[in-house]
Amino acid sequence: MSLQYPALIVVVPLLSALVISIAGWVNKRWCFPITVAALAVAAYSSVGLLFRVLDEGVIVYKLGGWDPPMGIAYYVDHLNGLVLAVVSIVALLNAIASKKSIEQEFPEKIGPFYTLYVLMVTGLLGIVVTGDAFNLYVLLEIAALTGYGLIAMGGGRGPLSALNYLYMGTIGACFYLLGVGYLYIMTGSLNMVDIAGILPDLYQSKAVMAAFIICMVGVWIKMAFFPLHAWLPNAYTHAPSASSSLIAPLVTKVMIYVMIRLILTIFTPEFSFNILAVSKPIVWLSVIAIFMGAILALKERNLKKMLTYIIIAEVGYMVGGAWLGNRVGMTGAILHIANDALMTLCVFLAVGNIVYKVKGAEFEDLQGLFRKMPFTMGAFIIGAISMIGVPPTCGFFSKWYLISGAIQAGHYGFMVALLFSSLVNVVLFFRVFEICFYEPFSDHHGHGHDRHPEPMDEAPVTMLVPLFIVAAILVLVGLYTGDIVNHIIEFAIPKGLV
Amino acid sequence: MADLISIIVAKYNYWIYITLMMIGLYAMIAKNNLVKKIVGMNIFQTAIILFYVSIGVKKGATIPILEHGHGGHGHHVVHAADYVNPLPHVLMLTAIVVGVATLGVALALAIRVYNQYNTLEEDEILAQIREE
Repeated sequence: MSLQYPALIVVVPLLSALVISIAGWVNKRWCFPITVAALAVAAYSSVGLLFRVLDEGVIVYKLGGWDPPMGIAYYVDHLNGLVLAVVSIVALLNAIASKKSIEQEFPEKIGPFYTLYVLMVTGLLGIVVTGDAFNLYVLLEIAALTGYGLIAMGGGRGPLSALNYLYMGTIGACFYLLGVGYLYIMTGSLNMVDIAGILPDLYQSKAVMAAFIICMVGVWIKMAFFPLHAWLPNAYTHAPSASSSLIAPLVTKVMIYVMIRLILTIFTPEFSFNILAVSKPIVWLSVIAIFMGAILALKERNLKKMLTYIIIAEVGYMVGGAWLGNRVGMTGAILHIANDALMTLCVFLAVGNIVYKVKGAEFEDLQGLFRKMPFTMGAFIIGAISMIGVPPTCGFFSKWYLISGAIQAGHYGFMVALLFSSLVNVVLFFRVFEICFYEPFSDHHGHGHDRHPEPMDEAPVTMLVPLFIVAAILVLVGLYTGDIVNHIIEFAIPKGLV
Repeated sequence: MADLISIIVAKYNYWIYITLMMIGLYAMIAKNNLVKKIVGMNIFQTAIILFYVSIGVKKGATIPILEHGHGGHGHHVVHAADYVNPLPHVLMLTAIVVGVATLGVALALAIRVYNQYNTLEEDEILAQIREE
C-alpha cells in the first residue's frame, strides 16, 4: 500500500471528482462525505509519504512501470514531501470548514463545487509530485482552470475577476510551456532529473538562458510576483469564501515551490545564482514587491482585500529568500511556503466565518466582533500575530531565517523590506482588532440604561473546529521549527548551496 | 546582411511563432472587448503549439511509422534520422486539449459577464462597477 502513495495522492482525488459529479445529480448530501474521504486519503498518503522520505530518502515512482526518461516518473524528495503534506492538509481542513458556508452561499451548486474542488486539489498535488516538466504544465492548467470556475462561482464581480485571472493565468502557463519547449530543443528530454543531467554542458547556451528566464516569468505571473500581480486581489476578494480559503493559501505557494524546483533541480543553484547573475536584480524586485504589497494593503477598507495584498507581500518574501543565493535564505523560503500556507488558511477561514455571520468583510461590518464571535476572533489573532511574526508562532521563525539570509548575503535592502512589512502588518492587523474590539454596535448610544451587550452569535462548530486546529498547528509548527528545518529542509537543499 | 537574411530564412518558423504570439499578446492587452481578448489568448496559445510542432520537423524525414513493420522480420534497425520527431506533436495534442478547455471556460465566463452587465466592452463594465 505505502508503495503506491505517490499515485494515490493524485488518482484518488481525480477519480473522486467523477464520483462526486455523479453523486451531485443523485443526492447532494453524498458530495461532502466523498470529498472529505478522498481528501483524507490524499492527506494520509502524503503524510505517510513524507515519513517514508524521511526514512528512505528520495522516492521514484514510475507510472505504469515505464522507466524515465521515457515514462513519466513521480519524484518525491524532502522538498515536495513537505509541500505535499501541507497542501493536502490545508485542502482537507478547508473542505471540512467550508461546508456550512457553501450550503449558505450556493446551495444549488454543491455538486459542481466539490467536483471542481477535488480537481483543483488533484492539480495542485500533481504539480508538486510530478517529475516531468510537461506533465507539470498540464497539471498547472488543471489547477488553474478549476480555480477560475471556483472563483467565478461567487457571483457578483466574481466572473469578471475570474476572466481577468484567466487571461493572466493563461499567459503565465503558456510562457512556462514555451520555456519547456526551449529546454526540450536543447536537451531532448522532459524529465526534470534527466534535463538536469544533460544541462551542465549547455550552461553557456543562449537558448538555455532564454528557457530559464521564460519559465521564470511564466511562474512569476502565476504566483502574482509584484509587477505581474494585478489579477490576484480582485480574483481572491470576489471569490466565495470556501474557494478563496482554498486558493489563497495554496496556489501562490505551489507556484513558489515550482520556482524553487526550477532553481534547485532542473537548473542547478550553480547555474541559477552564479552563471546567470540575475539574483541581485530579482531580490531588488522582491523588495519592491514587499513594499508595494504592504503599502497597497494599507489603503484597503475590506478585510479580505487587505489580506490579498498581504499575500502579494508574502510572495515577495519567498521569491527574495529563494534568490538570495544562500542556504539560510533558501531554508527561509521553503519554510515560509509551509508557514504561509497555514497562516493564510487560518486568517481566510476566520474571514470565512465572519462573512458567514455578518455577510461582509468591509471594515464597517466588523464592529463589535470580539464580543459577537470571540472564538473566531481568537483564532484570527493567532493567524494575525503569525503573519506579523511574533514568536512562538511559525511566522516568526521563517522570517528569522529570511532576515538571517539577507544579512548573510549582505542584502540589507531585503532585510529592511522584511522589517518594514512586519511593521505594516502590525498596523494593519491592530487596526482590524481595534475596529472589532472597541467600537460596539452604535444602535443605542447615549442611553446607558438600555444598552445590553450584543448576544454572542458564533459560527457553527464545524467551522470553528478546523479553524482551531489550524491555529494550533501554527503554534506547533512554530515550536517544532528546529526539527522541521533539521530533518526535512536541510535535505531538501542540495549540498552545493552554502 | 547575408547573415541576417540567413538567420531570418533558416529559422523562419521561429519568426512566425514570435509574430503570432505578439499579435495575440497585443490583442489581449490593447483590445477593449472581452471576446477579442479571448481570441487573442487563443492566438497566443496556438503560436506556441505551432512552435512545438515545427521543432519536430527534420529534412527528408517521413512520418514516424515504422516502415515494413508488418513484414514478419521485425528485427531491423530503426534510423531515428529517417523519421520526424513525434514527441512534440504528441505533447501538443495535450496542449490543444488544454487550449480548448481554456477557451471554453473563458467563453462561459464571458457569457456570465454579459448577462450581468449587458455588455462585453471592458470600459463600459468598469464604468458600471464604478457607479455601484
